[in-house]
Amino acid sequence: MSRPAESGPPEYVITAENLTKRYGDVVAVDGISFSVPAGEAFGLLGPNGAGKSTTMKMIGGVSQRTSGSLSIMGLDPDENGPEVRAHLGVVPQQDNLDEELKVRDNLLVYGRYFGLPMSYLKPKADELLEFAQLTDKAKSKVDALSGGMKRRLTIARSLINEPRILLLDEPTTGLDPQARHILWDRLFRLKEQGVTLILTTHYMDEAEQLCDRLIVVDKGRIMAEGSPASLIREYSTREVLELRFGSERNATVGAELEGIGERLETLPDRVLIYAHDGEAALEEVSARGLRPVTSLVRRSSLEDVFLRLTGRSLVD
Amino acid sequence: MTRQATTAAPALRAHSPEVSAARARRWGSLYFAEHVLRVMKSYGWTIVMYGVGQPVAYLFAMGVGLATLVDTNSEAGFGGVSYLVFIAPALLVSAAVMTAANEFTFPVMDGFKWRRIYYGPHASPLTPEQIAFGQIIAVTVRFLLQSAIYFAVVALFGASPSGWGWVSILVATLAGLSFGLPLMAYAASIKQDKGQFAMVMRFIVMPLFLFSGTFFPLDTLPLAVRWIGWISPIWHGTELGRVFSYGYPEEPLLTIAHVVFLLALTVAGWVLTKRQFIRRMAG
Repeated sequence: MSRPAESGPPEYVITAENLTKRYGDVVAVDGISFSVPAGEAFGLLGPNGAGKSTTMKMIGGVSQRTSGSLSIMGLDPDENGPEVRAHLGVVPQQDNLDEELKVRDNLLVYGRYFGLPMSYLKPKADELLEFAQLTDKAKSKVDALSGGMKRRLTIARSLINEPRILLLDEPTTGLDPQARHILWDRLFRLKEQGVTLILTTHYMDEAEQLCDRLIVVDKGRIMAEGSPASLIREYSTREVLELRFGSERNATVGAELEGIGERLETLPDRVLIYAHDGEAALEEVSARGLRPVTSLVRRSSLEDVFLRLTGRSLVD
Repeated sequence: MTRQATTAAPALRAHSPEVSAARARRWGSLYFAEHVLRVMKSYGWTIVMYGVGQPVAYLFAMGVGLATLVDTNSEAGFGGVSYLVFIAPALLVSAAVMTAANEFTFPVMDGFKWRRIYYGPHASPLTPEQIAFGQIIAVTVRFLLQSAIYFAVVALFGASPSGWGWVSILVATLAGLSFGLPLMAYAASIKQDKGQFAMVMRFIVMPLFLFSGTFFPLDTLPLAVRWIGWISPIWHGTELGRVFSYGYPEEPLLTIAHVVFLLALTVAGWVLTKRQFIRRMAG
């Protein structure tokens, strides 16, 4: 866990080729391929139902693929489920802590699943509680914890076996901004220690903050792949001008904005103008005599990349 | 987990994933049983009180109270023993079956649906069948403990004259499993709670309890309801318990049939449970 990624040719801890999962006629994951080198923070970004969680379950060795190949630490999860899972730490989308047990006991029983002895588990549990800022809650029942605390406990639990790969399925969904930032900080620290992070999210800021590289997934397919910055460079402009004219006017104002910036995107609540110089674009809007209710110039984000690639926003 | 902590305690290292996987493959069921037993420990007092309180109440009410009426009106007695001795093994077996009806229903639903407890170990090296088997091991420990307490109370009442009476602890455990495992398979198949478990208690457990030769010999019942006893793990367990508890005279072949019936239900229940757990978790 404390080993940083070594220099030299990348050692891939995960390799997927044409990975496919079907449930009857429904294709949840449609032939995706990617590789993750050790120590990378790799994100799967996409809306609900894009196939992110299904991909995570296959990587996690709990769901058998329909076709394609998948290798985790050189092992096939369909053939060597327990061996693959022994390498992983998993933070599921829904917490599944045992609420009848105390906070610390949740860590202990989980560590036992890996055959770890109590002589290791007791000090390790204390160390992880400190890491998760839950030391003073060690003897509380889990149901007394807030949502953010439960997430942190789930992350602490996933680290009990000192995994080299940590799978995080929407780790901050449902958390307030402060709780999210605490969690991000903890994940940063793990990344610094060389843990490979595999993360799904539909939060753009989370992906930008945490991921070295990501794939944008929609309808089970990879739409784009790269670092957050390179994706923005490739699929968006440097800046974006957001204009709000009121919900009825937004739809009709498009023709009058024609030719400003590189590209125009009309959403129900706002109009986006993609431009390298947002302020200049705003001046041009004013020069045409248009008076938006509000205007905002901002840096381009992954949200814009997603919109460009799929024609819809991530969080509907 | 901080760097400082790692350097301060260099000795604290987990064994390799290979060792984890090998241990989990070998002992995984026990690891999950340990988890379930820790949870049971949190309501351990309830288990002990149930183990002691129920037999005391039943044995006093039926074996002592009702017996004064029954024993004086039935000169032949019940196979030549007092009513107390007659019903004690039946109550012991019934208590295990009642416990099975609780331990193999709601906790299973909890594991898959309500709090999704099973999905924690499922992400670890444990397999679905090990999770199922671990739960069964833990409940078996509860059966043994509870039945041992029950038997101790029965013995204190002087209601187990044979030296082999203690075997009824094992009989009750087997009866609990033979009823519980098919029920566990059913519980694992339920996706929506629509009060099915309350129906099981009302329409399966209670009739079995009442018509399994618990309070009177099965052959005193008309044939129209006597079949309930024949398919009931409570009746087979009770008859076996009586054999060990006071040497109830029975054809040896019938005694063997009781054991075979209970074992067959247990094995069939396990096969179905295993299949359901794998199907439900493999996704």
